[in-house]
Amino acid sequence: MSTRRVVVTGLGVVCALGNDVAAFERNLFEGRSAISPIESVNVSTMRFKKAAEVRGFEPSELFEKQELSILKRFSQFAVTASREAISDSGIEWADEESRRRTAVVTATGAGGLTDLDDQYENIFRHNKPRTPPMVVPQSMANAAASFISMETGACGPTYTVSTACSSSNHAIGLAFHSIRSGAADAAITGGSETPISYTNLKAWEALRVVSNDTCRPFSKDRSGMVLGEGGAILILEEMESAKVRGAKIYAEICGFGMTADAHHITMPSVDGPVRAIRNALDDAGLEPEMVGYVNAHGTATAANDVMESKAIREVFGDHASKVAVSSTKSMHGHTLGAAGAIEAVATVLAIDRGILPPNANFNEPDPECDVDVIANEAREVSVDAAVSNSFAFGGLNAVLVFRRF
Amino acid sequence: MNSYIAEKTISVIADFKEIDKDTISVETKLVNLEMDSLDALNLVFELEEAFDITIPDEQAFETKTVGEMVSGIENLIEMKENEDAGNGEEE
Repeated sequence: MSTRRVVVTGLGVVCALGNDVAAFERNLFEGRSAISPIESVNVSTMRFKKAAEVRGFEPSELFEKQELSILKRFSQFAVTASREAISDSGIEWADEESRRRTAVVTATGAGGLTDLDDQYENIFRHNKPRTPPMVVPQSMANAAASFISMETGACGPTYTVSTACSSSNHAIGLAFHSIRSGAADAAITGGSETPISYTNLKAWEALRVVSNDTCRPFSKDRSGMVLGEGGAILILEEMESAKVRGAKIYAEICGFGMTADAHHITMPSVDGPVRAIRNALDDAGLEPEMVGYVNAHGTATAANDVMESKAIREVFGDHASKVAVSSTKSMHGHTLGAAGAIEAVATVLAIDRGILPPNANFNEPDPECDVDVIANEAREVSVDAAVSNSFAFGGLNAVLVFRRF
Repeated sequence: MNSYIAEKTISVIADFKEIDKDTISVETKLVNLEMDSLDALNLVFELEEAFDITIPDEQAFETKTVGEMVSGIENLIEMKENEDAGNGEEE
């Protein structure tokens, strides 16, 4: 059994709650929901009108012209978050060997597919004879991972994971395991997603899971999920090398568990998430009693929140009443392939600052959701360990465990 | 050489490179414009859009100077006009 341990030394984020970690943290702990009427797409024909959009993000101030020709919005978010995380961590690659020992593992559900509306419109409606030349490389799911690798010179294991709403947790978990196993010494990892396009909103509308109210996870009057866009990146490092260079350490990432429901394309089961949380705790070598906070998947759909509450009850037993639960999707929306990364940043900040972020928009407890929801106001509580859940359409579950360092 | 096409080509290159068009002439060698393969690909697209032509793969990157580029574009415009005229006669 390997004794290598892995720590989080840098954070970067771009989402509706904030275009950097400082703004994100402020709004997160103040419980401000960033869900508002959609501005970037005409939603007059849609049954829902709200999302958590990134505002005030100016690509031309962040990227050169040629870079913009190969970076669509989902990549721009990931690269911007990676720059913040790298700067925050102070990590430097002094030699070729250290670059070879650094992994880049990103995540996205749909990648650039949601950005193709303009091309289809040009080709099919306007009979344009051509698309711009970079549509293929800018749309590929690994566009951000490749760009981050080229920009930093990091040339260890580099790839992109796509498992819908669990993408980022799978990516971060695999990056963590790569370092713990000795395959890498550091990783730039996280995910991004840009679901706010006309065609994609229509597709979500047809699924009938999106609320036209707002996102109220675990609240009895919840009426569905609300989409969000964004990206987040974490810098993971092998603990000893991080200590040697005097890195600031936010938390230890110590457990990763993954399972499949093998059940239904959209209806979650209790068993799959239960096994994923248990696997993650086993991987961390932690007893359930050490966990004080769960950053829930908490989509605010009828099905998820009841299932997830049961799963938490089943894993934690009597201790469940001492586990505080919040879904920060109530504030930054459901960012799908980016969700696990943004929520990992929230969870790591919660551990480091000793403040648990609230579950915003909470009105009324639901007897079917028998968990201790952090209703609307943050709690100043220092927890030893925290769990962050992601459960995807297709029944794919990925759970991360972090602990205080 | 058609001066309108030459001027428009230079103008497209100048806009693309974000440089003063007075620094470009038909004698300018493309290597001196410091373009990598991505720039070249994007510039070919900009020229196709500007002149409403389709530049074949085998001609896209063979020119050495702006003047050769202008000649190539002239030929493509001429071919397209002949084709359009031919199609017109059939109707």
